[in-house]
Amino acid sequence: MANKVPITLKVNGAERSAEVQPRTLLVHFLREDLGLTGTHIGCDTTQCGACTILVDGKSAKSCTLFAVQADGADITTIEGVASDGDLHPVQEGFWEEHGLQCGYCTPGMIMSAIHLLNENKSPSEQEIREGISGNFCRCTGYQHIVNAIKYAANKG
Amino acid sequence: MIPEEFEYKRAATLDEAISLMQSSGGEGKFLAGGHSLIPLMKLRLSEPGVLIDISRIPQINGITDQNGKVQVGAATTHAEVVSSDLIRRVCPVVAECAAEIGDPQVRNRGTMGGSLAHSDPSADYPAVMVALDAEIHLKGPGGWRAVKAGDFFQGMFTVDMAEDEIIAGIQLPPAQHAAYVKLHQRASHYAIVGIAAVLEMDGRTCTSARIGITGASTHAQRLTNVEAALAGKELTQANIDAAAAIADAGLEDVNSDIHASEAYRRAMVKVFTRRAIERAASR
Amino acid sequence: MAIITPKMIGERVKRREDPRLIQGRATYVDDIKIAGMLHLAFRRSDIAHGIIKSIDVSAAQAMPGVELVITGAELKEFLPPMPIGTPFPSPDHYSVAVDRVRYQGEPVAVVVAADRYLARDAADAIEIEYEPLPAVIDPERAMTGEPAIVHEAFANNLAVPYVPGGTGFDPVAGTVDNTAVDKAFAEADFVLSQRMLNQRLAPTAMEPRGVVAHYEPGKEHLTIWSSTQNPHILKTFVAALTGTPDNQVRAIAPEVGGGFGCKINIYGEDYVAAALSKKLGKPLKWIEDRSEAFQATIHGRDILAYVDIAGKNDGRVTGLKIKLIADIGAYNMILTAAIPTLTMLMLNGTYDIPAIRAELTEVFTNKMPTDAYRGAGRPEGAYFVERAMDMVARHLNMDPAEVKRKNFIKADQFPFATQMGAVYDSGDYEKTLDLALKNAKWEELKAERDRMRADGRIVGIGLSFYVEVCGLGPSASLPTGGWEYSSVTVERSGKITATTGASPHGQGNETTFSQMLSDQFGIPMGDITILHGDTGVVKQGIGTFGSRSQAVGGTALLKAGEKVKDKMARFAAALLNPNEETDTSNMVFAEGRISFKDAPGQSVGFSDVAAYAYVPVPLPAGMEPGLSDQAFFEPANNTYPYGAHIAMLEIDRETGEPRLLKMLAVDDAGTIINPLIVEGQLHGGLAQGIGQAMIEEVVYDEDGQLITGSFMDYAIPRATDFPWFELDKTVTPTPVNPLGAKGVGEAGTLGSTPCIVNAAVDALSPFGVKHIDMMLRPEKLWRIINEGATG
Repeated sequence: MANKVPITLKVNGAERSAEVQPRTLLVHFLREDLGLTGTHIGCDTTQCGACTILVDGKSAKSCTLFAVQADGADITTIEGVASDGDLHPVQEGFWEEHGLQCGYCTPGMIMSAIHLLNENKSPSEQEIREGISGNFCRCTGYQHIVNAIKYAANKG
Repeated sequence: MIPEEFEYKRAATLDEAISLMQSSGGEGKFLAGGHSLIPLMKLRLSEPGVLIDISRIPQINGITDQNGKVQVGAATTHAEVVSSDLIRRVCPVVAECAAEIGDPQVRNRGTMGGSLAHSDPSADYPAVMVALDAEIHLKGPGGWRAVKAGDFFQGMFTVDMAEDEIIAGIQLPPAQHAAYVKLHQRASHYAIVGIAAVLEMDGRTCTSARIGITGASTHAQRLTNVEAALAGKELTQANIDAAAAIADAGLEDVNSDIHASEAYRRAMVKVFTRRAIERAASR
Repeated sequence: MAIITPKMIGERVKRREDPRLIQGRATYVDDIKIAGMLHLAFRRSDIAHGIIKSIDVSAAQAMPGVELVITGAELKEFLPPMPIGTPFPSPDHYSVAVDRVRYQGEPVAVVVAADRYLARDAADAIEIEYEPLPAVIDPERAMTGEPAIVHEAFANNLAVPYVPGGTGFDPVAGTVDNTAVDKAFAEADFVLSQRMLNQRLAPTAMEPRGVVAHYEPGKEHLTIWSSTQNPHILKTFVAALTGTPDNQVRAIAPEVGGGFGCKINIYGEDYVAAALSKKLGKPLKWIEDRSEAFQATIHGRDILAYVDIAGKNDGRVTGLKIKLIADIGAYNMILTAAIPTLTMLMLNGTYDIPAIRAELTEVFTNKMPTDAYRGAGRPEGAYFVERAMDMVARHLNMDPAEVKRKNFIKADQFPFATQMGAVYDSGDYEKTLDLALKNAKWEELKAERDRMRADGRIVGIGLSFYVEVCGLGPSASLPTGGWEYSSVTVERSGKITATTGASPHGQGNETTFSQMLSDQFGIPMGDITILHGDTGVVKQGIGTFGSRSQAVGGTALLKAGEKVKDKMARFAAALLNPNEETDTSNMVFAEGRISFKDAPGQSVGFSDVAAYAYVPVPLPAGMEPGLSDQAFFEPANNTYPYGAHIAMLEIDRETGEPRLLKMLAVDDAGTIINPLIVEGQLHGGLAQGIGQAMIEEVVYDEDGQLITGSFMDYAIPRATDFPWFELDKTVTPTPVNPLGAKGVGEAGTLGSTPCIVNAAVDALSPFGVKHIDMMLRPEKLWRIINEGATG
């Protein structure tokens, strides 16, 4: 068995250290080792975006990163988005505008929306659609998700 | 989907990366953003014994001006290319192309060097590199080597690179009259056909042209017959149409799959060649 | 019955489910961990058809962390073939293939290991030798027995050789009288014929399947968590197959990440997890990869139709003949064989067609079995009928809206008995059509299309009108029973706990059911908890499919609530009027208080009555303490919601790429509890219907290899694929249930698909096209435009 590698990273503001197998995918490390199960897995080929998190402030698909690559990184998952019990404006938008049904794609979708709004404070409908084009939702037809992100943009 | 086991090494310098590769006994692969390699590893289509992480080597990061050309570190992400003022000013077609790759998350992690080294037949960057006549800077045990993009891509997933060589950077020449257009495959959003056109213009006359193509065949290449047809011509619609009409003539080993047969791809090569030239000429 | 004043019903209430989901705090099956839990991995066939010559598990068995490696032949000793839920003859279908594989992805061996990484490594180390057989891929060729036989006992690969239906068919005698149909065709001014394929799709719930099975030796109790739409059915089937008494099995659907029909089935992986947990006495988990989902989760649709439609030159359709051939794949799953019969059932569409002959044949091939996928047979029926009606309009050069209007079942004809044996409950189709035409500015839209065409653009508009069968029940139509169950308990505090056998996976029943109880009991929604998805908590149930949650499950809830409310009224009356016999039938529950209707000033607090009911001193004569009851609701009939869809589509002349410019729908789902949730359901249905029309198709090659085995080759719609959907509604309540609700979950998939193909045919009609099969692959459209292909 390949040697385990020590890593230290910041997750949702807290420093975490662990020894991981090199082949451990970051999404599995977050879910299995840290118990942060809000980040989901929906495909094998870096497309669906259910596993989207922020790595050093940028959206990334955590199924296509090894945990060792995140050594030293600052990571935000869906569990770290609300602060002191206050929902993030994007979370609030998803609730107000019914931007989710089964909820499985939702954490990844919210992380992509946060990244989008960090880069573009008031995106157009088309820019919102492009901003979440790396996230698949099979339930909503996306229309209420677009509304949810508009809501957050108007609030922020 | 879970990769096979491997050993992980992180290189701090190019020299260290090369020596790690040399000591891997042929089992090594370089890892930058991993967005070409990791999906293959998860499907167990690639099973390297050692991964050498080069993403933190300072020399291969960053975008700088070098006497009017742009030097892009191999570990530069697509998103960094899209938002680089320097690239947008000197050779905007590269930013235009980067914006067409994958989706926002993929652009945040995938790197230019990784994409070029992987040489997927339907990757976007190679067409632009070929059309720009970009220079790929390689470092190996014997020192530095520069390869023109037109010579770099040799076949499906095959490039002019020894196993222990590493892409350090890419030098992009300035180009204003340039464009990249692609036909998206609806599932993967890879290019069924992608065409980059880079024109030298004197007024409305095209003094020389370079056309790069991806998606249609085994690897990115130039459409020299189109280039010849454009050289010295005024860029009238008739001349553009005539040049585009022969775009597929020299292509061999044209891909065929459920998304596009060879006949359709050949037709699309003509359509997108014309669109790329039109758009480049309008800039 | 006490009086209900609607207050929350009909409101755009935001969902109670959402806070846990938007914060990543929900528990899906892969989030469950049990001490000592081991992981399963399946080694699957990489060929479509072949005989298993040998399996060598020795290398896998010797790997670190591996607990057990087991083959199909070994499992067969204690795990019988999987049951199905239809009455058709069916070949044995083992959870893991025993001696022969029949589709790519069929399980061949199972590994149990300490973690999922080791389990995968060991599964890959199993060596299997096959003797390949020719793959049966083309269903029409399969019907001749070529190139091979999938199951020895089914000659010519005929799973269901012949099912007739329609005018002159006597289901009791099994006889078919063709007089009326023959006459209609003989007297017709025209007969149009077309072969149409409703192509194979992958349901693709974003959460793949998964199961955790935990057998506790000593207690002899099995708990199984599964990403399922119907835990009660799962419990029944798993108990039977693993030989565990059903009162010792508890099935739990935790948070479920979408179903769309594919999670109705109980799959081999569920049974294997349960059986091996029982054998090993350890908890086991299996989570499906997306690649496995494409190969081994049921597919949808895949029905071929030969359509002949006959009519008069004034636009009247007088006869319809449809021969259906369903490619059901390699085996029967739970509802596989029944799905195409739903296609038959709906072949009357929304039209008063006097003579219909339908014939159905179902064929085995070497592909993943088909089963229910959003709409389950009805979208196929709506598609064939709506394409045929559009062909009539095109043939006669009439406005498609006028052809529909001319043939519609009229509002005064309901309830309407169709030629196919359905009884449509209620409807006013013209009203809905008129609203859709008005919203679309139909005449202006046609003019706009013509202007765009004059500019050289390839543009078309499409119209469709659908009816579907929802609110699935009664018991005669479902092998599991067609009722739904609910219980309602008013707790000592005056808060309410209700359970429902409907098992939502995105439908928002915790919200809509709270809205209903809030109105029924006159207390805030926040005081109500809805429990579901756990057979240990919800005593009985059927599940969520066939757009039945609201119409059937919601009615069961109201009935249970009514029983509790009646009892509570008697306790309230005893408090208000301790010394008199009083009539409690007209008591008012409002604003957290209970009063007599004619004495509103004299009321008692809801929570005071609750407290009294549990400490009833004195206990009113003839009463038991407590406020808890249950109800089963068996609907007398299905419901038949309907709607009109309009689309505008442009095709790139040079590339053939289609782009949807406009999508508009007017749906009638009867009474609506929560418009926000209904809009969400409609959007999602539209998205899947548009996906089918434009970008989705499962493709196997001639060797039975799945070409569309990942999202690299199987497209599902992204946000960038849609225009803004314009929705509106008409409301025609159903008489079938007291709510008047019809169901809405599948509606969008019925109307949008033919609507878009009608638009594409309209766009390409200048090129002589009369029909195009889905999906609208750019190359196919490009060939029509540039090479004179005709669809």
